[in-house]
Amino acid sequence: MDFMVFQYPMISVQACLDGILLGILFALIAYGMALQWGVMNIINIAQGDLVILGGYIAYFMYLYGIHPAWGVIVAPVIMYFVGIAIYKLVINKVVDRDLFISILATFGISILFMQLMNFAFGADVVLANSDYGTTMLFNNNVVLPNSKIFSAFISILFAICLVIYMKKSKLGRAIRATAQNARAAKILGVDTEKVYAATFGINAALCGVAGALISITFTIHPYMGLPYTIRSFMIVIVAGLGNLPGVAMSGMGLGVFEEFADYILGTEFRIGSVFLLLVLILIYRRFKLSRKREYLK
Amino acid sequence: MKNNLILYIGILILGIAAPFIFPAFKVQLSILCVLIVLATTWNIQGGEMGYNSFGNILFYGLGMYLCASVQVGMFFPLAEWTESGGEKTFVHTPAQFFQGMAVGLIVAAVVPTIVAGLIGYSILGLRGHYFAICTLGLGVAAGEISGGIEIIGAGQGFTTPPFPDVGSLDSRGEFFYFLSFFVLVLTFVTVRSIYTTRFKLILNAIRDNEDKAEAMGIETMKYKIIGWMISAFFCGLAGGIMGGLVGYIDSTDVAFDGREMGVFMVLMAILGGKGTLWGPIIGATVFHIFKEGFWTFFLGWQYVALGVLIVVIVIYFPEGIMGWLREKYPERFGEVVDEKDRKAQVELK
Repeated sequence: MDFMVFQYPMISVQACLDGILLGILFALIAYGMALQWGVMNIINIAQGDLVILGGYIAYFMYLYGIHPAWGVIVAPVIMYFVGIAIYKLVINKVVDRDLFISILATFGISILFMQLMNFAFGADVVLANSDYGTTMLFNNNVVLPNSKIFSAFISILFAICLVIYMKKSKLGRAIRATAQNARAAKILGVDTEKVYAATFGINAALCGVAGALISITFTIHPYMGLPYTIRSFMIVIVAGLGNLPGVAMSGMGLGVFEEFADYILGTEFRIGSVFLLLVLILIYRRFKLSRKREYLK
Repeated sequence: MKNNLILYIGILILGIAAPFIFPAFKVQLSILCVLIVLATTWNIQGGEMGYNSFGNILFYGLGMYLCASVQVGMFFPLAEWTESGGEKTFVHTPAQFFQGMAVGLIVAAVVPTIVAGLIGYSILGLRGHYFAICTLGLGVAAGEISGGIEIIGAGQGFTTPPFPDVGSLDSRGEFFYFLSFFVLVLTFVTVRSIYTTRFKLILNAIRDNEDKAEAMGIETMKYKIIGWMISAFFCGLAGGIMGGLVGYIDSTDVAFDGREMGVFMVLMAILGGKGTLWGPIIGATVFHIFKEGFWTFFLGWQYVALGVLIVVIVIYFPEGIMGWLREKYPERFGEVVDEKDRKAQVELK
């Protein structure tokens, strides 16, 4: 336990800013999860592994001398097709089934991806260096890497684009209609199979963007996927499906929480605290709902 | 009934004779026993109760750490033991080892049961996928946190007391085999007697429709917690044995190994057919043989195979072996089949 973070206000400011910038990235991943959860009623445990795969795409561009920031454009394109492939091979067989079946199937995909990435890219912790430098704030007391600011900016840009796309385009309208009522949408001529595939593809593309940004700002490792899944799941259940400002807010909240947990408990407990927070949130939610049920009785 | 008795006696004799028939596979057979225990107890709340948990690994890992800590802590200072790592400055005498193991196993069984009872009230209120993800989170959190605690070895792991020198070289394998076989028999007898009572019907009612069960006047929460506690009891025992068997405890790779053992127990139960008595046992046996084959011949690719296996089983084989047999030979399961109706159904298909 280390409470230095409360004794020096500048560290708190640093943690808050870091957390917010990190949280925006989490919110982008969570948005993808909310999308597929809402439309297909599937919880994708492999979400985090898609993120890491996107990160490796950017990392490989960096290895071959291309600036990793271009990964933000390349990764989603590749990941979109990866997502479609996963949908065609596995997900379309579990869409209408029991939720646990889909959780287990995506868990299998997650293990598969983890190990394939381990083979392909090695078990080292890597990062794609973007050479963006840092920004000093508040009399040089707060240090912000420019790459974090860049990644937050890009995330917001992608989120806004996606929202507009969902509102205006034909496919976006079809996706929203399917989310509201798949059967009615089918009757009215929406090809739900295609919509599902596109949704999963878009989700994977979002993961790709987030992964590319994570490989620039933080580090990636083949086995680091599961925490991202858990974080996005947590953000979605706190915010609720289809509540975009809520997703952004709870994403930033989670980021700040993690930074403070990192300072107070130490880095070795960081992931553990995220998972514990998930358990606590679910328990809180359960008691809240059970109160509601009693009230209804 | 009479047939069954002969079957059980046959299996018992086979179980006792197994280490002498296959002396080279004693450790594998012990692991198989542990896997069957895990799959069978997962089935209590996963198959019968409909609460698909990824978190039974929590009790397994807890039992593992507790058994080893008690076994060491009863005679030597625990912190010094873990600090010295592989370098043994303390040696258990045979009497100390077996005493420690006995007390350790009792603690390893009782404490997870109590933990399950304590957290059960809050966690078993969650439904469906929330429960699944929450228990997944619990398992991973336990692994991460125990990986940061110094006294049980933190990241560098915990070496369990080595088996004492009691004469013959084979005694270690035999001891662990008979211990795990005993636990397996205990589990089977318990689970089988549970499945003949009203308790099982209540669990099934919870699985089929919890709200209706509650409306019928069943205190669902009580029974859910009891079901989970039974699972936790045997998971703890299995963990304690496995700790001694493996000889080394690592927080995320051995004890709270949600990626391996935590998924294995779910997979074994599903492969065999969840919601049946024999399903998990068959599933665990088939899975263990498959797994050992793969781990031996395709080393390195085992997780790839595991991932593919999960996806294939879940998509194409969700009813499991027992479910498949049941569809094929319904008469053997005591179902009265109307031939005409069956033919009509086949034609419909």
